[in-house]
Amino acid sequence: MGNEAQTPGAAASVDFEQVQSTERFQELRKRHRSFVFPMAVAFLLWYFAYVLLADYAVGFMSTKVWGNINIGLILGLLQFVSTFAITGWYVSYSNRRLDPIAAEMRHDIEGHEFDQHGKPITGVQK
Amino acid sequence: MTLMVPAVNVADLKDTTLLNMGIFALFVAITMVIVIRASRNNKTAADYYAAGRSFTGPQNGTAIAGDYLSAASFLGITGAIAINGYDGFMYSIGFLVAWLVALLLVAELLRNTGKFTMADVLSFRLKQRPVRIVAAISTLAVCFFYLLAQMAGAGSLISLLLGISDWGGQALVIMVVGALMIMYVLIGGMKGTTWVQIIKAMLLITGAAVMTFWVLAIYGFNLSDLLGGAVETSKNPAVLNPGLQYGKSDTSKLDFMSLGLALVLGTAALPHVLMRFYTVPTAREARKSVVWSIWLIGIFYLFTLVLGYGAAALVGADTIKAAPGGVNSAAPLLAFHLGGPLLLGFISAVAFATILAVVAGLTITAAASFAHDIYANVIAKGTSDADTEVKVARRTVVVIGLLAIVGGIFANGQNVAFLVALAFAVAASANLPTIIYSLFWRRFTTQGALWSMYGGLGSAIVLIALSPVVSGTKTSMIPGANFAIFPLSNPGLVSIPLAFLLGWLGTVLDKKLENTKKQAEMEVRSLTGVGAEKAVNH
Repeated sequence: MGNEAQTPGAAASVDFEQVQSTERFQELRKRHRSFVFPMAVAFLLWYFAYVLLADYAVGFMSTKVWGNINIGLILGLLQFVSTFAITGWYVSYSNRRLDPIAAEMRHDIEGHEFDQHGKPITGVQK
Repeated sequence: MTLMVPAVNVADLKDTTLLNMGIFALFVAITMVIVIRASRNNKTAADYYAAGRSFTGPQNGTAIAGDYLSAASFLGITGAIAINGYDGFMYSIGFLVAWLVALLLVAELLRNTGKFTMADVLSFRLKQRPVRIVAAISTLAVCFFYLLAQMAGAGSLISLLLGISDWGGQALVIMVVGALMIMYVLIGGMKGTTWVQIIKAMLLITGAAVMTFWVLAIYGFNLSDLLGGAVETSKNPAVLNPGLQYGKSDTSKLDFMSLGLALVLGTAALPHVLMRFYTVPTAREARKSVVWSIWLIGIFYLFTLVLGYGAAALVGADTIKAAPGGVNSAAPLLAFHLGGPLLLGFISAVAFATILAVVAGLTITAAASFAHDIYANVIAKGTSDADTEVKVARRTVVVIGLLAIVGGIFANGQNVAFLVALAFAVAASANLPTIIYSLFWRRFTTQGALWSMYGGLGSAIVLIALSPVVSGTKTSMIPGANFAIFPLSNPGLVSIPLAFLLGWLGTVLDKKLENTKKQAEMEVRSLTGVGAEKAVNH
């Protein structure tokens, strides 16, 4: 066992440094990071703003808006809404912008290696 | 239905004992059959730890929800809202928003680079032995805290349902829960455990949905009227506002911040949640499973808001606090108020099942980490075969089961949501910085990982030991002593930033550079899925 996790099958003899330096991979990494980093910062800021308001602006949060429903409850429920929205946004972004490049690279690298070793590509189970 | 509040007579609950036991026994029988059937294909280590990576995204997402919606979510949060109003609601928001960290930064990348355990990813491009050891230690520590919370929940539930309030009786029931859990994990491995979690998640969400609908129907589907009912029963309009529990002093406000930080950063660092991502065949399915779990968990937490205020309105905080099981009994008492013994029996059986399934998930995670990280990679130095590894894992299951039983007997009586928050704080401090750094920071080194993990784990645990949770107040674990020199009951505010800082400091002060080949491999694999572990074909 041991380091088996690090070098399974087809990927063993790939020159990853070379792959890492390709333009296509750089583009994939850029697309991934330019989405997840700003988004992570945004939702964490929004969450901590909410926690700080609940902690130190009790009067504001207790302002009744409609019946017994106050600003605190509305902002709390908006946290749910924003979580669902970001989830949906990320899924559609990765389906459109990330998955195609990743799948293409995977096919190229694993397909290439399999050819080199004379093994069929169909041997990889999805 | 009337808005008057009929008293829930806690003594009546004893009459339903047989019914409760019957429903629970039925659940155990059905799940046991499924576990045995599911386990017939368990041959390899990948089968035992990762269910052959054969689950679909939606299945795994439901199982994750089953793992995550523990007794803490159901009993703890409902109870916290019923007693402390708005402040209890904050738990669910933190627990939910936290999933975005897992979705955006961790799940897919982890699925692409690891094999069985969290340590696979953390030690990928760093020095295997030291990093694996610390990752396994922190996995065991987090699982232990989480197990304590679940076992404490089991104790509360039992004392309510069977009216057993003596120490020996509760201990006996905790032993039964522990023994059942050991059986599930030994027989079923990850596959059996996953099926138990899927079934339990569906039962739990259905049960909560029925109760939510019922409570809302009483108030004419008007949330404002329900909140009004809660105010009326509690005679305290402040239940609708933040601050009832945490707004008392400057210290408690800081404690609230600390809790908020631990909740949002803890999820993506929980070893038993991370391990679930290995049960699906691809990163795409891992993403799908997070999306499913976010929806299920989010909807469930909206239910707990209604259930918590519903319990406050219909049962009343005083009745809940006076019941055996205290705060944690809000949801079962509400079920009894709404649907009588039958609904109580169903909800209690579901809560039991919840505890059983979560404990099973935690146990298999801890056992996998010990067998795969400590035994196979450190003690046997990679020379053992998969059969021996699984054998070691099975033995570890028994040991952890026994430890959980003993720990659970002693943790009885604390609010389970609160205990789980401590597990989140330990996970966020010990694991998250290293997970993030090793996935996104090229320069990160072994020394940085060790400083961050030992520093985060150590500071979190020491601060908990020196906090009011352990000593100094009436409700502490050791009420007689007072060595609580750290004022906050959740250590996250200090230990999480400290762990991030140590990881950075350890790296920039490290004169040795890590293998750039490994870094390239990890980065390429994490984003593209090249060479990721494939599903096992049977």
